[in-house]
Amino acid sequence: MRRLSIRLLDAIVLLWLVVTLTFVLLHGAPGDPASLLVAPSATAAEIAQTRARLGLDAPLPVQYARWIGTVLQGELGVSLATSRSVRTVVDEAIPVSVGLGAVSLCLSLLVGGALGAWQALRASRSRDLMLTLVNTAAVATPSFWLALSLVVVSTSGAALLGLPAWLRLPAFGMSTPAGAPAGWDGITDLARHAVLPVLVLTIPGAAGVARFARQAISEARRAPHVAAATARGLPRGRIELRYILRLALPPLVVLVGLMLPGIIAGSVFVEQVFAWPGMGRLLLSAIAARDYPVVLAVTLLYGAAVILCNLAADLLTIWLDPVQRHRHAAAGTP
Amino acid sequence: MTRATDRRMPISVGVLALMALGALVIPWFAGHDPNGIEDVLARRLVPPFSVDGRGSWHLLGTDAFGRDVHLRLWLAARVSLGVGVTGALLAGLLGIGLGALAAWREGITERVIVGASDALLAIPRLVLLLVAAALWGPGLPVVIVVLALTGWMAVMRLVRVDVARLRRQGFVEAGQALGVPSTRVLWRHVLPNAMGSAVVAITLGVANAMLLESGLSFLGLGIQPPAASWGNMIASGRDWLLVAPWIALAPGVFLLVTVMACTVIGDALTDERR
Repeated sequence: MRRLSIRLLDAIVLLWLVVTLTFVLLHGAPGDPASLLVAPSATAAEIAQTRARLGLDAPLPVQYARWIGTVLQGELGVSLATSRSVRTVVDEAIPVSVGLGAVSLCLSLLVGGALGAWQALRASRSRDLMLTLVNTAAVATPSFWLALSLVVVSTSGAALLGLPAWLRLPAFGMSTPAGAPAGWDGITDLARHAVLPVLVLTIPGAAGVARFARQAISEARRAPHVAAATARGLPRGRIELRYILRLALPPLVVLVGLMLPGIIAGSVFVEQVFAWPGMGRLLLSAIAARDYPVVLAVTLLYGAAVILCNLAADLLTIWLDPVQRHRHAAAGTP
Repeated sequence: MTRATDRRMPISVGVLALMALGALVIPWFAGHDPNGIEDVLARRLVPPFSVDGRGSWHLLGTDAFGRDVHLRLWLAARVSLGVGVTGALLAGLLGIGLGALAAWREGITERVIVGASDALLAIPRLVLLLVAAALWGPGLPVVIVVLALTGWMAVMRLVRVDVARLRRQGFVEAGQALGVPSTRVLWRHVLPNAMGSAVVAITLGVANAMLLESGLSFLGLGIQPPAASWGNMIASGRDWLLVAPWIALAPGVFLLVTVMACTVIGDALTDERR
């Protein structure tokens, strides 16, 4: 239990560092949000008045203390640009990004894991090489370019090739502009709109997982206990499942924690290209408007997500690894 | 694997060398400024492998301003390759320096450096880049500096582990016992042995830096038009996606090939060390 509380404390300190870093970065930058909010013809006095109204005239330490105080109360402040509560703004954006990210992450793990396992255990050398090449290419693909290419393929490309209408996927937005139909039709509508964004996040994601899984499984395959199991004449499927894949699981779990920043970065581009109103788009528009509270809130949430995910992956690794689990159990820790 | 390893290294290095050569030479042979705009109506949106209204032939077509896409791609290669390599090298040097410092000094210095690295790693790098580039004003110098300041962590971690391991070894202790100055031991005897993993990380860093630069430029926060970068060329083709897809798609192919070559070199180096 003590180890767990130390880890949690570490995570909180790290989160505080992240927030402070962003605060310094934002407020140390040139430019003034107040001058963006007033009319172009505003006088210096009017700008100063706006600045005072927004609390931007206070010394930096005071502004910093105010912001930390707000966060500790579980609030995120008020948006400078729209005067709305940042909590509300963020609450609207989170489900979009989390849904998109979670679906893509799960698909990446399933597809990438299966591909990597197949490459490491069953594929012939030439197929393995070919897939490695494809995976490397997919990882190297810039997601915004992949998004635009898929748009071309699914719209004018599909029309050119005379593909059936249901394959011509909508390229922008989350629902049809006339308003989402209710019930079952609404769900299929959303699903059709989600195909391209999810693909853009999943193709590089799955390729990354496959590269990693192939490596981990090939290494696990060379472990001495696998040779021993083969020598004892255990069936191949049983060896692969119980001895090889089981051994390769902990490093794969760590990978999930490491993948999150990539998924977040990808979703910024995806939401921008496909006009999905998620966290990435929120961040971009807030940066453009110098909406400090919104930028701080989004960074805080991104940081919290990454830190929590890494923490969970760490704990899960300990639990999955019998050696570590027993050592921790003996020491009275999780 | 050895035969494939042997072959993929020269192929990737060759691709990168050709890229660099083309970037240096091809815009120079063009005879006119590839960013220059003239007679837009006669030249604009010409498809690849076609002749425009003024009789010039365009390998990859022209964009909405009638500029030759192929020529601008090579001009953009200068920026994209330059920014990627410079950014990753600066980040690598910073990482080597901080990693060596952390492991050599230990104590509070190490904790500060590791803490800063952990905090920077917890924010997705793209988000850091976006915030910094947008607020400090987009442009070439800002992009390079920010790439360096947000890219040193991986190298730092590797070098720190290596230096910490090496400093407990006999030849280092022997050097210190002989009265060799501490900085000289670090510089001449420890760091050269800790370079291997750093080089791999820097190679992969180049790929990453090029992707990030193009991403920033795509969002309008990196290299500003009329200067060409693969990222802002893709962005400029976005409005013409369905009419003239080559404007947005061609730069992506260049970017993909270059980034892939860097990744493959990094992979080959990793396998060699294994």
